[in-house]
Amino acid sequence: MLKRIVYSVSGAAIVGLGLFIIYAWQPAIDPVTSSTINSYSPEVIAQGKTLAAAGYCSTCHTPPGGIAYAGNYEMHTEFGTIYSSNITPDVETGIGNWSEEAFMRAMRTGVSRDGHHLLPAFPYEHFNKMTDDDITAIYAYIMTSVPAINQVKKDNGIPFPLNISMLQAGWKLLFADTDSFQPNSAKSAEWNRGAYLAEGIAHCGACHTPRNALGGEQYSKMYQGAPIDGWIAPSLTSTSTSPIPWRSQDFYEYLTTGNSPYHGSAAGPMAPVMHKGLSALPDSDMQAISGYFGDLARTNDTDEPDTNTTLQAAIAAQHTQPNHQVDEGARLYATACQACHYSSDQLVKGRPLLTIGSATHLDDPTNLINVILDGVRADQGISGIVMPGFRGALSDEDISAIAAYLRQSAGENTWPKLQQKVGEIRNQPRFEH
Amino acid sequence: MAKFILNGKPMTADVESDTPLLWVIRDELDMTGTKFGCGIGTCGACTVHVGGRATRSCITPISSVEGAEITTIEGLSEKGDHPLQISWQKLQVPQCGYCQSGQIMQAAALLKDIPEPTDKDIDAVMGGNLCRCMTYVRIRSAIHEAANSIKESNDEQTA
Repeated sequence: MLKRIVYSVSGAAIVGLGLFIIYAWQPAIDPVTSSTINSYSPEVIAQGKTLAAAGYCSTCHTPPGGIAYAGNYEMHTEFGTIYSSNITPDVETGIGNWSEEAFMRAMRTGVSRDGHHLLPAFPYEHFNKMTDDDITAIYAYIMTSVPAINQVKKDNGIPFPLNISMLQAGWKLLFADTDSFQPNSAKSAEWNRGAYLAEGIAHCGACHTPRNALGGEQYSKMYQGAPIDGWIAPSLTSTSTSPIPWRSQDFYEYLTTGNSPYHGSAAGPMAPVMHKGLSALPDSDMQAISGYFGDLARTNDTDEPDTNTTLQAAIAAQHTQPNHQVDEGARLYATACQACHYSSDQLVKGRPLLTIGSATHLDDPTNLINVILDGVRADQGISGIVMPGFRGALSDEDISAIAAYLRQSAGENTWPKLQQKVGEIRNQPRFEH
Repeated sequence: MAKFILNGKPMTADVESDTPLLWVIRDELDMTGTKFGCGIGTCGACTVHVGGRATRSCITPISSVEGAEITTIEGLSEKGDHPLQISWQKLQVPQCGYCQSGQIMQAAALLKDIPEPTDKDIDAVMGGNLCRCMTYVRIRSAIHEAANSIKESNDEQTA
């Protein structure tokens, strides 16, 4: 009897493994030569250039100061350090011998031309939402317009057994959304355009949707915020902790200028998303994306911040100077921050009011600490203006005193173990954005 | 190689990317109007404008200002006749003078955003600019004076 059970369990396991291997095994797609690659119209190539920018492909496929699209951008994940691929049309080290079919398969299912499974750091489950025409356009742009660079990809530091390529197929089976983009017939064409762009090429959910322990996006919590690259990608939904609601026009202002005066600036990994990425899209597409997120945040576009009592109270509160002699955080804030972070009776863009800022109201102090430590460069946030970095100027104690003072002034609960957190963030490896 | 615009002119500086902007302005480009004070962004002596906004140059790495437009005290006005420079002379604000270029640059940025500041506004925005000679009372008066003269010249232009 026991033997029979052992046999049947083993049998089922072997059959299961066999079926999985059949599912997971992907054939190589024959290499092509440049002479066999289709020719594409200038319009298709231009569309591909716009989409490749909007998907900010170069952000992950270019190391700091390196050559665009040649790969080896270093990413620190919970599973080990990985390096991006060379996606220039170099035959030997890039994708120069990939057919359109191979490119389409990689973008839709995360399988390389030679049949091995790509790591899910490549957000193919988002690119799969795109139309064939859009994916073809990106292929056309890369193959015809990106200079071929011979640069071998560095080996990933993913330990055994996670580095077994076939296991990625199991990950896909369990976690990846393989459905094509489904328009919502109850919504307008503009809303659907925004959803198509956000879910597809812009892959907003790759950072803003929380992931499970194995790195799969939790679709039931879409856009509810998640940690990414040493930052917090805030919630874009009604679960946002921002005291001033995000309206469509706030998303639009943020995505087109790098800053919403009522919420904050695009710093860290978000800066290249809007400055090097979405800015390539036509205005109608920016309106569509903003309208889509305004709807998801379920705010009323007619909510005027000028009549928002929280905002008015925060502006008025600036005029009451705290007791600098007893509160160290207030004292440091007055000396190091207030010259810029103060508006009179009107909120002035470029003078962010930190007591209403997203970074102060998140449950996690990471974003605020990051900005105090390293500031905001001219190519981040509002273009051409900077915030200095206090990494070499203020101690962990100083920075935590400022953050605690702001948090208290904003009417939020104390962040626990704040000073320790400042120390941890100061010493962790920095991501290059 | 860092590239930026300084007082309207394109500049390059062959320095490490983490070199503070103040080092580049004073030591590489020999423009010594901008002063070194505390070195930790809490005294205001090194204040310049980046993209028109007052910025502490001693804690701003040169890599942060790539491509940006920087204005120092030397470039605030062509002939040293910015309304603040005039009111500064009229009210004899400086004592030793060391902090004054930072004070003026900070005040210029203040008047752009808040053209008619109250005493409280001035205290809040200028509070990060220290003056060991304690010229604060005259600094405040000179800012009011400059605000009035800017307002009057604007009124004349629109009248």
